[in-house]
Amino acid sequence: MRDFSDEELERYSRHIILQDVGIEGQEKIANSKVLVIGAGGLGSPVALYLAAAGVGEIGIVDGDVVDLSNLQRQVIHTTADVSVPKVLSAKAKMEAINPNVKVTVYQKFLDASNILDIVKGYDFVIDGTDNFSSKFLINDACVLANVPYSHGGILRFGGQTMTIKPHESACYACVFDSPPPANAIPTCSSAGILGAVAGMLGTIQAAEALKYIVGVGDPLYNRLLTFDAKSMNFRNVNFKKNPKCRVCGGEGIKEIRDYEAVVCEAKL
Amino acid sequence: MKLTINGDTKELKDGISLPELLIIENVEQPDMVSVQINDEFIRQDEHTNVVLKDGDEINFLYFMGGGA
Repeated sequence: MRDFSDEELERYSRHIILQDVGIEGQEKIANSKVLVIGAGGLGSPVALYLAAAGVGEIGIVDGDVVDLSNLQRQVIHTTADVSVPKVLSAKAKMEAINPNVKVTVYQKFLDASNILDIVKGYDFVIDGTDNFSSKFLINDACVLANVPYSHGGILRFGGQTMTIKPHESACYACVFDSPPPANAIPTCSSAGILGAVAGMLGTIQAAEALKYIVGVGDPLYNRLLTFDAKSMNFRNVNFKKNPKCRVCGGEGIKEIRDYEAVVCEAKL
Repeated sequence: MKLTINGDTKELKDGISLPELLIIENVEQPDMVSVQINDEFIRQDEHTNVVLKDGDEINFLYFMGGGA
């Protein structure tokens, strides 16, 4: 049990009066550790909402610096942050929103050599990355380390997300098997992204993390939520864990390896 | 026959195969789409063996790699 200060009780009062959260749920949130991989379009809203919600410890990973072209959607960064490392820019905003939150920054990109050690220390992971080699690497690491996580992908006016509880629900590779070849699939930098769509998908991921931590509702297990902001149609596609899955199936993976780097860069 | 494709029910001629359906539905990059029929994923190398039946529910799931 932890004693919330009067300041915290007031700050979290709208959570605490929520019947499915309450003081017990807020304690779970305060005692939780969430890792946000990528401080970009998805990572920005996730990090802001998790900090505001009072997640006890938030790790944030990104090796990049803020670019002017990020500001159309990466709402945690401001014009004054251009050229600043994204993790430092993000940490400053998160602490400004909620000084009760401990923010740990990892100013690097994740690869097979470091991802397992970082992921292991967290209760839940958010995939906010922008390339398939990272998305599959995160899936592998979370399955191996047995850490639940939220997959998120966005493109143009669309988004997709699913929540994965390793060995219990279908993983990303159950659905998509392996990364597509380099340049086979358009990226946000080559095909564009409506800024607000990043916010729509990121806030869904943040809600999934909080639901998991509190233990309320039905996470997006065994289903892919997809939406198209042009029609504003949302769909759930249901599936089952694939017993022959390359990653989480019978044999499964035993170790982490890097996928061929699929560089996500602007081709103008 | 009636097929439900990504949630929409459509009337299509009998006996079409999965590769034919991918063309009819204008699926771009058919080798990049994850196909699910009646809750089962169809491996890429098995597409040509699949003939669709009345009432099949088909979902096309697309890669989305953006996030930053």
